[in-house]
Amino acid sequence: MNNLAETSMTAQSTAKRIDFNTPALKRKRKLRALKDRMARWYVTLGGLAVLAAITLIFFYLAWVVLPVFSGAELEAKKAQQPAWLNDAAAPLLLSLEEQNKVAMRLGSDGQVVFFNVKDGSERKRFQLALPEGVSIVSHAEDQPGSDRVVLGLSNGQALVFKHLYKVTYPNNVKTISAELAFPLGEAPITIDSQGRPLEHVAYSDKGDAKLLAASVGEELMLLSLVEEENFLTGETSVEEERISLPQIAAPIKSLFIDPRHMWLYVINGRATADVFDLRSNKLNGRYKLESDGNTEVTAATPLLGGISLLIGDNLGGISQWFMARDKDGVAGLKEIRSFQLGSSPVRQIVAEARRKGFVVMNDAGELGVFHSTAHRTLLTENVADAAAVFTLSPRANRVLVESDGQLKPFRLDNPHPEVSWSALWEEVWYESYDQPEYIWQSTAANNDFEPKMSLSPLTFGTLKAAFYAMLLAAPLAICAAIYTAYFMAPQMRGKVKPVIELMEALPTVILGFFAGLFLAPFVENHLPGIFSLLILMPLGMLLAAFVWSRMPESIRLRVPDGWEAAMLIPVVLLVGWFSIGMSGVMENAFFDGDMRLWLTNDMAITFDQRNALVVGLAMGFAVIPNIYSIAEDAIFSVPKSLSYGSLALGATPWQTLTRVVILTASPGIFSALMIGMGRAVGETMIVLMATGNTPIMEFNIFEGLRTLSANIAVEMPESEVGSTHYRVLFMAAMVLLMFTFAMNTLAELIRQRLRNKYASL
Amino acid sequence: MSLKRKQQSVRSWFKSGAPMVWLNGGAVAIAIIMTIGLLTLIAVRGLGHFWPADILEADYVIPGQSAKVLIGEVVQQEEVPSARLRGAGYPVTEEAPEFMTRELMKVGNREVFGADFSWIVDDWLQNKRYPAELVAVERREWGNFYGRLKQVKENGQVVAEGEAAWDELKARLARVDDLHSDVVKLEKKDIGRINYGLEDLRLKQRGLELKGQLNAQAQADLDAQRAELDAQYKVLEAELTALHGEFNRDSAVFVTSDEREIEINLGKMVRAYRPNGMSLSAKFSHYGSKLWEFVADDPREANTEGGIFPAIFGTVMMVMLMTVFVTPFGVVAAVYLREYASQGAMTRVIRIAVNNLAGVPSIVYGVFGLGFFVYVLGGSLDRLFFPEALPAPTLGTGGLLWASLTLAILTVPVVIVATEEGLARIPRMVREGSLALGATKAETLWKVVLPMASPAMMTGLILAVARAAGEVAPLMLVGVVKLAPSLPLDGNYPYLHLDQKIMHLGFHIYDVGFQSPNVEAARPLVYATALLLVIVIATLNFSAVAIRNHLREKYKALEH
Repeated sequence: MNNLAETSMTAQSTAKRIDFNTPALKRKRKLRALKDRMARWYVTLGGLAVLAAITLIFFYLAWVVLPVFSGAELEAKKAQQPAWLNDAAAPLLLSLEEQNKVAMRLGSDGQVVFFNVKDGSERKRFQLALPEGVSIVSHAEDQPGSDRVVLGLSNGQALVFKHLYKVTYPNNVKTISAELAFPLGEAPITIDSQGRPLEHVAYSDKGDAKLLAASVGEELMLLSLVEEENFLTGETSVEEERISLPQIAAPIKSLFIDPRHMWLYVINGRATADVFDLRSNKLNGRYKLESDGNTEVTAATPLLGGISLLIGDNLGGISQWFMARDKDGVAGLKEIRSFQLGSSPVRQIVAEARRKGFVVMNDAGELGVFHSTAHRTLLTENVADAAAVFTLSPRANRVLVESDGQLKPFRLDNPHPEVSWSALWEEVWYESYDQPEYIWQSTAANNDFEPKMSLSPLTFGTLKAAFYAMLLAAPLAICAAIYTAYFMAPQMRGKVKPVIELMEALPTVILGFFAGLFLAPFVENHLPGIFSLLILMPLGMLLAAFVWSRMPESIRLRVPDGWEAAMLIPVVLLVGWFSIGMSGVMENAFFDGDMRLWLTNDMAITFDQRNALVVGLAMGFAVIPNIYSIAEDAIFSVPKSLSYGSLALGATPWQTLTRVVILTASPGIFSALMIGMGRAVGETMIVLMATGNTPIMEFNIFEGLRTLSANIAVEMPESEVGSTHYRVLFMAAMVLLMFTFAMNTLAELIRQRLRNKYASL
Repeated sequence: MSLKRKQQSVRSWFKSGAPMVWLNGGAVAIAIIMTIGLLTLIAVRGLGHFWPADILEADYVIPGQSAKVLIGEVVQQEEVPSARLRGAGYPVTEEAPEFMTRELMKVGNREVFGADFSWIVDDWLQNKRYPAELVAVERREWGNFYGRLKQVKENGQVVAEGEAAWDELKARLARVDDLHSDVVKLEKKDIGRINYGLEDLRLKQRGLELKGQLNAQAQADLDAQRAELDAQYKVLEAELTALHGEFNRDSAVFVTSDEREIEINLGKMVRAYRPNGMSLSAKFSHYGSKLWEFVADDPREANTEGGIFPAIFGTVMMVMLMTVFVTPFGVVAAVYLREYASQGAMTRVIRIAVNNLAGVPSIVYGVFGLGFFVYVLGGSLDRLFFPEALPAPTLGTGGLLWASLTLAILTVPVVIVATEEGLARIPRMVREGSLALGATKAETLWKVVLPMASPAMMTGLILAVARAAGEVAPLMLVGVVKLAPSLPLDGNYPYLHLDQKIMHLGFHIYDVGFQSPNVEAARPLVYATALLLVIVIATLNFSAVAIRNHLREKYKALEH
């Protein structure tokens, strides 16, 4: 390198002395040196910055995805010991409102206290209108998040109340006011006419129909309240009906009513559940909840939506159960999955109000945070010294525990419980399904929806599309590459390559719209033609070749070697025209005039217009040039000395090709296939437009599919930023990125090794 | 091959491997036919749409029903087995031929018939005729109208009837056309400017409010400006009302195929023509004007009619902005990798990685662009610089800037690889000669190496542009919309609106072809748009190839 700043220059010319060290020139040299250094800095910095920006993609995607796998965190806040708590009766129920500002506490004496979460100070106090001398024996809540509570009283009556919170903005200050409401009236409703204490109660409100269940010992009572509007007066009257149910054999432990009013679950004895069908009012079955003779049910609660029951036992096990049909179509209560929290008896289970998660506390004061669908234990932590009463806020971000006369608030940070390895990749038994399945269904209209985020059907769809594309593209592209590189006349090669390069540059949106708008209906209308094309095309070519070989020499010698492809163009067109033209005739002859109907009716094969066949054709078209150009390159650069040697030893060109050239170039061809595969896997627009985007796991060529990339394109714009769905979509993108990157890197390494090998030959 | 082998046996013919060679050749033939066939199909369907098709009038007699008259253009024709027609619910009798011709007919008159298109069986058409007096009317809404002209009215008074009405209609349509451009200019440009100014004032006020500087003086100032704009608006509004009155003065009464009379306001017509009576030259001039409308006009009727100018403009703007980002960065990275970085294992790894990034699915870049550019960068910029517009996002939503940045990231590997290749092709001796003459490395680079490598950079850039122009998947996430209210470049300060959402040719194809309420009507336009896109991309690619070949020739001389 010329270091201008430090060397001084001399000129040894005798004729004319030039002084290169004048101050002006020195300054100029210094400036030039400075510029040189600046340029070096600038380029290095700039270059590294660009490279860093590119690699940022990896890190950014990972950064978005990672929080999904972190567990929950629990942070204790300052415990409160407000004065009013000291003389309050034992707690039955705690509850928090949406904003985590106001909490409610129901004491066993019927006192409802609303208090501030922050400092425990009392806001409002209500005394429930219990009859004289009557105490609360049992209590239960309706659906998680409904804020409806039912109390069983010692005189055989039940009282239903609802706690509600109104947010108002007087003087621009957010104010929450708590209220109590009585959906069935302020006076208790008599359930047991004999006036015995109701040991267990349950309540379910389905809009105009309400169900109240209660039990005394082994006796079960069910009251149905149906609101009816009088068409003439517009007044509503409540129709009361006592439903008699078969009796239970063992003492009842708890009752649950399915919110759709289809089932009544009665947990009784040590660990048995009796399920009643509420449409026929008959016993559906009696199910053993624990296989082990020592275990006993100690707590139970329905999950959000009321489809699943969570059963906790005295050994710390929690299991999820719901009604599912077996092979004969008979519904029965099935154990879906189980969880474990310590080894003490489970005391209280609280289901989240927005998601399918739940929080459990046992007698040792251990708190566990779980998610049912993901089968995940997110957190276990000791929050109290002994059994305590706790509640979970509607947004599942706050836990309030009452133990030892103290109120302990905790902040629960549990943003993404829905995702786990098993939820993403394995078969999951979703609610209302009869067996474990792979399903992608990220959103739905209803609130208590269980998100089904299995990437398996999407990955399957991706591979299915890629497989059918490769089925068409691999043989065509490699054969074409072999011919172009090895047999084709150079003049023709010069014309063919630009055409294929143009094919590579075609935007995929054009191929996609072509596939969706033209090819899909065309294929549907010419099914026999498309399939006969596959058989007739090679036969036609062979026939043409044979006819040509029988031609008199005078004709044959007019066309030089290496122009076979050009001669085959009319043959291909003819065969194509013939096959498509005969399509209708074949349909009439073999398929009663409509092959599509024949497939669906006679063969029982589902047929979608936009199916894997169409995708295979269109995406095959997109992938051919990628494979072709790399494979052609690999075959063409096989050293000529090898093939000449083989030919000189008497091998035919075809023998030389198969035994020498292809063998040498095979790593290159392999890498071409991998790059083609990488492109097929990541392609978005073609699959988005040419498939029905149905996430199913069927290998049927006539059915649609949904790929990872199309799924991102479809769902990303509607996804809420930072939600689990958003992060799972990012994960899909990362899976794509890593897959294609690995494929391409491997292909590139193989090619480099091959190049070195050629160089050494 | 040897001349002696005159006739081989079939067996030896197979053994020689010749059939396999032919089969391989067949693969090339298939690939070529597929490419050319696709391009031809797109070209024929795309260009054919603008030709004024003859309007067919015929009696349609469905077996077992009374005849009715149909007027319309035959758009598509296919042979189907009659069994399939029967399956589709057509009353095909048993003695019908084995195959029947089914036609898709554009009958227009959507407000009368409910749908523009209907499938009919050609075999049931009787008495086909092409009367010269049939008129096709293109309308601003409700699609095409086909029928016979009865009379022309001005303010409800009949001014012409019979054959004279046609010339009257043509003259009055020309007048309406001029008025229409005035209305558009007034609505878009002048009123648009005022709306922009009002929005600007609102944001200013909110900004001052946030900073706590909104005192009486500032408020009065803003109010004065607002009052001035309002006054200007009043004037323009009056002008616009007057124009609208003029615009909607005339109407024409037509008779449909089922003898109903329909009155159409001339303001609702784009053009009217009688294709059956047109001479060839008239057809060509009609074709030319339709083609020009397609390239230069705004879309109408949920993108199924009219032009695609905003999509062309959006694509060009985005690609140009992308070029501005991608060129310097791509070249600097390539120069660093080839000229400054030490050529070790690390550089090789980086090179492979960059190479492979070009093969990463484009949707991944879209996801990155949405997450990082739009939400992270855009969100922070909004909080820093546009707090007055919040909660409405300014840069925190997809737009021109983010679309072009995302595409820049997507195409930067292409530029890096091409530039590096160009740099690698420059012989060492050229560099060494420059250094030996006393030039510094930077000078060598700037004066010798880069100029020699510039065609390679051009190639890379053209390939990058070609790829960017055809890419749709990432753009769907970062700021391309089906219908942008205004162009990203206009007469309102700051003229170039980087936060504006844009339309894009590729996305237009997807949207019109797949999300359109009237797919049949939109289909020809999709083909035409696709053709335009193919032409643009093919031109870019061929020029890249030409430059590359030229470059290779140039350095061949240097290498020897």
